[in-house]
Amino acid sequence: MKRDTFWWGLAIVAFLVGLVGLFQRITSGHQLANYGSYIPWGLWVASYIYFIGLSAGAFLLSTLVYVFRIERLEKIGKLALFTALVTLIAAMLSIWFDLGHPLRAWRMILRTNFGSMMGWMIWLYTAYFILLVVELWVAMRADLAAWSNRSGLARFLTFGKTDTSEEAVARDRSRLRVLGSIGVPLAVAFHGGVGALFGVVGARAYWHSGLTPIAFLVGALLSGGALLVFLTTIWGPDTGSEKHKDLVLFLGQIVLLLLAFDVLLEWAEYSIGLYSSIPAEAESMRLVLFGPYWWAFWVFHIGLGVVIPGLLLIFGRKSLPAVATAGALIAITFITVRLNIVVPGLAIEELKGLVSAFSGPGLTTAYFPSTMEWLFEVWVAGLAGLIFLVGYRVLPIVRKEGAEA
Amino acid sequence: MPNVLEQESMLVRMQADLQRSLAKPPAERKWVMVIDLRKCVGCSACTVGCVAENHLPPGVVYRPVIDQEIGTFPNVRRRFMPRPCMQCDVPPCVQVCPVGATWKRSDGIVEIDYEQCIGCRYCITACPYSARTFDTGRYYEDGTPVVSDYEKLPAYEYGKEWPRGNGQSPVGNARKCQFCVHRLDVGMLPMCVTTCIGQANYFGDANDPDSIVASLIASPGAIRLKEEMGTEPSVYYLV
Repeated sequence: MKRDTFWWGLAIVAFLVGLVGLFQRITSGHQLANYGSYIPWGLWVASYIYFIGLSAGAFLLSTLVYVFRIERLEKIGKLALFTALVTLIAAMLSIWFDLGHPLRAWRMILRTNFGSMMGWMIWLYTAYFILLVVELWVAMRADLAAWSNRSGLARFLTFGKTDTSEEAVARDRSRLRVLGSIGVPLAVAFHGGVGALFGVVGARAYWHSGLTPIAFLVGALLSGGALLVFLTTIWGPDTGSEKHKDLVLFLGQIVLLLLAFDVLLEWAEYSIGLYSSIPAEAESMRLVLFGPYWWAFWVFHIGLGVVIPGLLLIFGRKSLPAVATAGALIAITFITVRLNIVVPGLAIEELKGLVSAFSGPGLTTAYFPSTMEWLFEVWVAGLAGLIFLVGYRVLPIVRKEGAEA
Repeated sequence: MPNVLEQESMLVRMQADLQRSLAKPPAERKWVMVIDLRKCVGCSACTVGCVAENHLPPGVVYRPVIDQEIGTFPNVRRRFMPRPCMQCDVPPCVQVCPVGATWKRSDGIVEIDYEQCIGCRYCITACPYSARTFDTGRYYEDGTPVVSDYEKLPAYEYGKEWPRGNGQSPVGNARKCQFCVHRLDVGMLPMCVTTCIGQANYFGDANDPDSIVASLIASPGAIRLKEEMGTEPSVYYLV
C-alpha cells in the first residue's frame, strides 16, 4: 500500500483545502462566484460535463468487457465500472451545488418538464446510477463471496449470495451482459443528452450544432479512456507483470484512435465555423483561439492534451510510462475542453452594447472562475479521489491474486 | 377658434386603453409593448424606474438601455435601445425549464414561479435577448456597516409579496421583466411606460383594435429583434 501513500495524501489535502470552497458556497451562496447573469454557467457546469463525460467514457469502455467480451480488457471491467460510479458522484455534486436552490433539486423528479433536455437528465442519471451500482455488484459478487472469510464488509455485501460455483459465475456473466447491453443506449442517451442540452440552445450559435452531442460522446470516450489508462497503470491488476503492461498499451492504442477522431470533430467544427465567419459562432471560436484565455486552448488542450500525448502514444506505444503519462495528460487537460465549450458560448454579447448598458456584479461577459469556484472543485476532486481509494481498498475492484473469474 | 392644438396625452390614452382591456377576460388580452426609438433619448429613466419598482438588487436588471455608437469620431451619432423582456410567443426560456417553473400566460406575459424555480439558469442561456438575470442575493450596501431596510423591501412581482433575505426566493432564481403585472392588475401602466420622459414607450392590448399599440405594431416602421430566431416577440420597435 506504500504506492498509494502519495495519492492518499493528495486526495486528503485536496479534500481539506477544498472544504474552504464548500464552506463559502454554503454560507454565502453564489455571491463569491464569478459567473452571474450574462455568463450564468462557469467552472461548475464545465466540471459537471467533464466528470459526467469521464463516467460515460469509463462505462462505455466497461461494456467492451461485459457486452463485447474483449478478453484482453477483462481484468479492468470492474475498475472501469467503479471509475464510472465515482466520477458520476463527482459530476452530480458539481451540478447540485451550482443550483440556485439545491434543496429544490427533487422537483426535477416530481415536476419534470420532459420538453426540456435537462428534465430528461435527472431521470437518465437516476437510471444510470442504479444500473451502475447493480452491475458493479454483480461483477464483484463472486469475489465478495471469496473474500467473505476475511472481510465482514464483503460478507455483508454478498447479501447472502455466496455461491461461487462455475454455474453461478456463468450466470453472473450473462447478467452482466444484459446489464451492460441496457447500459450502452443509456450511456449514449445521457451523455448525448448532455450534448443535446447545449446543442438545442438556438440562442448560442457556438453550441447550436448537430455535431455537439456527437462531440460530447467522443470526448467522453476519449477522456474516460485516458483516465482508465492512467488508473490501470497504477491500480490495475498484476501491476509489474507483462500482462499488465500489455493491457495498458492496448488501452493506449484505443485512446490514440479516439484522440484522432476527437481532433477530427474539433477540426470540422472550427474550420466550418471560422470559414463562414457568421459572427455569433465565429466570435466564440475566436475567443477560444485568440481571446484572453487562448492558452487554455493552445497550451493545455492542443499542447498538453493532444500533441504531447499523441506523440507519446505513437512513439512511446511500447513504453508503459509514456502511455500512462499520455493518459493522465489527456484526462486532466480535458477540463479545458469542457470549459471552452461552456464559457465561450456565453461570453458573446447577444445584443451589441448590452454589457456597457448597465453595470453590476455578473453583468459582464468576462469570466474566470473565482477562488471559491476553484476550491469547491478541488474539494469535489479530493472527495472523488478518497471514494476511489477507499473503494479500492475495501472492495474487490481489482482482484489482487490469481486470475479473474 | 382657440389657438392651441388639441391633443390627448398619450398616457391618458393608454390608461383608457388599459381600462378597456382589463374589463375583458384575461385570455382575450394580448399585452404588447412598442418602443419608439426615434423618441428615445437614452435617459435610462425606464431602467431606473424599473429597478425602483421591482426593488432590483445588484446584478439584476430587467430593462437596460443599450447605447449604440454609429460612425467614427468625430462623425459619431448615438442611438438608444431599451431592452425589456420580449414576452415571446414562442419563448425558448419556457421550453428549456426542467421543472416547468416558467410559462406563457394567456395574456402574453411569460411568468416565472419563483417558488418552483430551482436556479439552474438554463433559461438564462436560452434567451436570445439576455432578458433574464440571476439574483445572487446581493445588496448595494454589502461591505458597509449597515444594509438599509429599504434594500430588504419585498418585491411584488406577479402580484405576490417576495420579502428579501435568508436566501429565499427570488434570491437564487432567474428574474426578468414581466410588464409590471402587479401594476397592470390594479389598472396601472408598467413603470417604464410611466417614467419615460419622451413618451417613447407604448403599452397596451394588441387584441383591442382601438388601442394605440394595435395601430402602431401595424406601422411600416415596426420591427422586432432577432425575428430569425422564430421567438415572435411581443415587443416592437419603431425605427
